[in-house]
Amino acid sequence: MAEPKPDELVQIDYAPPHAPWPGPGAQFRKGTYSHAGAAKNLKYLGLPNPRDWQPPDADWKLPENWREIVIQGMRERLEKYRSFRLFMDICVRCGACADKCHFYLGTGDPRNMPVLRAELLRSVYRRYFTPAGRALGRLAGARDLTVDVLKEWFYYFYQCTECRRCSVYCPFGIDTAEVTMVARELLNLVGCNINWIVEPVANCQRTGNHLGIQPHGFKDTLDFAVDEIAELTGIRVEASVNRKGAEILFVAPSADFYGTPHYYTLLGYLMVLHEARVDYTFSAYASEGGNFGMFVSHELMQRLNAKIYAEARRLGVKWVLGGECGHMWRVLHQYMNTLNGPPDFLEPPVSPVTGTVFSNARSACAVHICEFTADLVAHGKLRLEPARNDRFAVTFHDSCNTARGMGLLEEPRLLLRAACNRFFEMPENTIRERTLCCGSGAGLGGDENFETRMRGGLPRAAAVRQVKEAHGVNLLACICAIDKASLPKLLDYWVGGVEVAGVHELVGNALVIEGEKPRATDLRGEAYV
Amino acid sequence: MVTAAIAYLAFAIFVAGTVWRVVAWARVPVPFPIALTCGQQKSLDGIRAAWLENPWTPAGAACRTALEALLFRSLFRNSRAQFLPGPRFIYRPALSLWAGALLFHVCLFWVWIGHLRFFVDPALLGPANRFVDAGLLAGLAFLFLRRVLDPRLRYLTLLSDYLPLALLATVASSGILMRWWFHTDAAAVKRFALGLATFHPIAPVGVGLLFYVHLFAASALVATIPFTKLAHIAGVFFSPTRNLPNRSRARRHVNPWLAPAQVHTYAEWEDEFRDRMRVAGLPLERQ
Ligand code: SF4
Ligand code: SF4
Repeated sequence: MAEPKPDELVQIDYAPPHAPWPGPGAQFRKGTYSHAGAAKNLKYLGLPNPRDWQPPDADWKLPENWREIVIQGMRERLEKYRSFRLFMDICVRCGACADKCHFYLGTGDPRNMPVLRAELLRSVYRRYFTPAGRALGRLAGARDLTVDVLKEWFYYFYQCTECRRCSVYCPFGIDTAEVTMVARELLNLVGCNINWIVEPVANCQRTGNHLGIQPHGFKDTLDFAVDEIAELTGIRVEASVNRKGAEILFVAPSADFYGTPHYYTLLGYLMVLHEARVDYTFSAYASEGGNFGMFVSHELMQRLNAKIYAEARRLGVKWVLGGECGHMWRVLHQYMNTLNGPPDFLEPPVSPVTGTVFSNARSACAVHICEFTADLVAHGKLRLEPARNDRFAVTFHDSCNTARGMGLLEEPRLLLRAACNRFFEMPENTIRERTLCCGSGAGLGGDENFETRMRGGLPRAAAVRQVKEAHGVNLLACICAIDKASLPKLLDYWVGGVEVAGVHELVGNALVIEGEKPRATDLRGEAYV
Repeated sequence: MVTAAIAYLAFAIFVAGTVWRVVAWARVPVPFPIALTCGQQKSLDGIRAAWLENPWTPAGAACRTALEALLFRSLFRNSRAQFLPGPRFIYRPALSLWAGALLFHVCLFWVWIGHLRFFVDPALLGPANRFVDAGLLAGLAFLFLRRVLDPRLRYLTLLSDYLPLALLATVASSGILMRWWFHTDAAAVKRFALGLATFHPIAPVGVGLLFYVHLFAASALVATIPFTKLAHIAGVFFSPTRNLPNRSRARRHVNPWLAPAQVHTYAEWEDEFRDRMRVAGLPLERQ
């Protein structure tokens, strides 16, 4: 399929349709939706209704009583999630959130306004669960649950990256990401999910990571990374796997072991942890920090996440250190302790180098690598030569989850300022808690979803273009595995000449390891300027 | 007597409905600590944390919620995106909704307090004020006009969004007409109101048609609050993205309905990969 050109995609029509909402159902146009979950993955995970189907099919092969299943599922969730119930009830349709969603900004499709995305579900909620909706139907904004409505749910709830930007602006804090999470659970009850999510989940359940890397392969990759660092610096770092008795278990998103440019971030971690003389181990069983289970259901999120604490207990470590990843940290920060805690076999994290007690993590016993390294830098424990990054003019993209689901804003910036001489912020409305999504989060990064991803990422790319034009920015730093996978393509498409790197890659470049030989190149094998 | 009955009925529906609504929300658990963070977290000593935008104590979260309810903090962030060739977006601050909504709510609150003068003796609070009345009408007009004039808003507005506006407009305009132009016998209204309040209802005497319009529309408005989006008045205090402190790693949030995970255990995993792990020299639990 020929990919649409940027000048075609910028023809965005923001004028709403003449026909009143809800209008015609979803149009499954190639390039704007993801492939259906393959039956083998659903079977492996024990998810309902495994079958061969694709979203454009007229017949979705739903179970006969699909409507009852969905309504019953809704009833259960209205009893389990106050957020869901409340967000169904109190939206006043003030429209403040409308143009805050990157998918609306990139498509102009009114159903991508967060308020109308939620209204897809809310209209059904009114029809079956409120007196007014039952009695008055359309007049009260209620509608029947039909196959077309279900298809619309599928299209638009797999066109929301659960980025929570809309919630920042909502006067009631309505978080459409919460609504999307529930909607996806409902869709999953009748087997409507996408393969770019369920395949990694099935892999992760079996092998311990999304990519399906088996333990011996995992060890090979780490050995290879160790060799590469030795070649570059003359220093042989240690990277043990499944070693009992280590002080710390280190968990990173698995893309860091195989993806590019993620891999350079891995090199950066290894170098920092070596230089700080940290006694840590990787685990091949818990070799995934990311958690695509989150994009299916709370239950699957819990299942995959459980491996981290289980492995920390088996190996007898004191606490957990986590790598650079967005949604991984939404889970580790806001869910893990509740889902699989309390980890009473662990200890409140203390930096073995500086003695800093990470009291903000004293119960969950999980520390973000940026917190850890920022603490090292703040205590002057790392020697950094920022000039080694002088070929880069750097900007920083806040990952949605670490920004709005955690508040990890200054730690990575502290590292970037220490590791680079030229650092420039993007416009204020596009960073920190207002950061714009890459457009590929929450499991929407499949190649087949190309057009939607490029559209969704357009606002982010446009902000990058601004700093490129103003300051010659040629590198975007980030702390998210999905960003590292999706932004290179996005920036090539819309901007050109801007590379993507993890924060720890830049730290690794700048880090002077004790006893190292003069480096010929940076971590990418390219000459320093 | 019918008048009093309607007022009582509306009030009863309001009270019962509000209790039902609030109980319905309150008895549903908050399973996860999903605070939405709008500022720096509390982490390292050298980094300044945002106690209000990213609170880590319940007191901080209460302040955040209060700011939301009283001053519409989040609306104050509002911006309007504009797409320009380049491609480029600019985000202009858009404070009209914040200002208009605040004007409307403050004036409404003032007028509502002012009505206490019909119930208590002597009248203590909230003298009627023509600026407040004008502000109320202006606020209402703003909230209505933006829905009809802005195409995007017109599209996302439901029919049911106009109902509260219509009721409010009826209540406000009839009240203002009575206050400033077609004077109604305030003493008679007060006798009626005190009768209601003391459960010795009497029929209002010597009040005009406007009074009935005012009272019936207000009754309808009050009675619908718990069952429509007007429930946002109470809902704002319940919003878990705003009223929870962001301290989930420092203190465990308990989920009452959670069952233990169906984990794929280490033992099962090692069983599948044992041979290859042995060859790769990885430690094993069982040989
Ligand atoms: S900002 Fe909140 S209340 Fe306003 S339309 Fe959006 S979700 Fe509804
Ligand atoms: S969570 Fe993000 S993607 Fe989803 S509706 Fe809100 S702004 Fe859009």
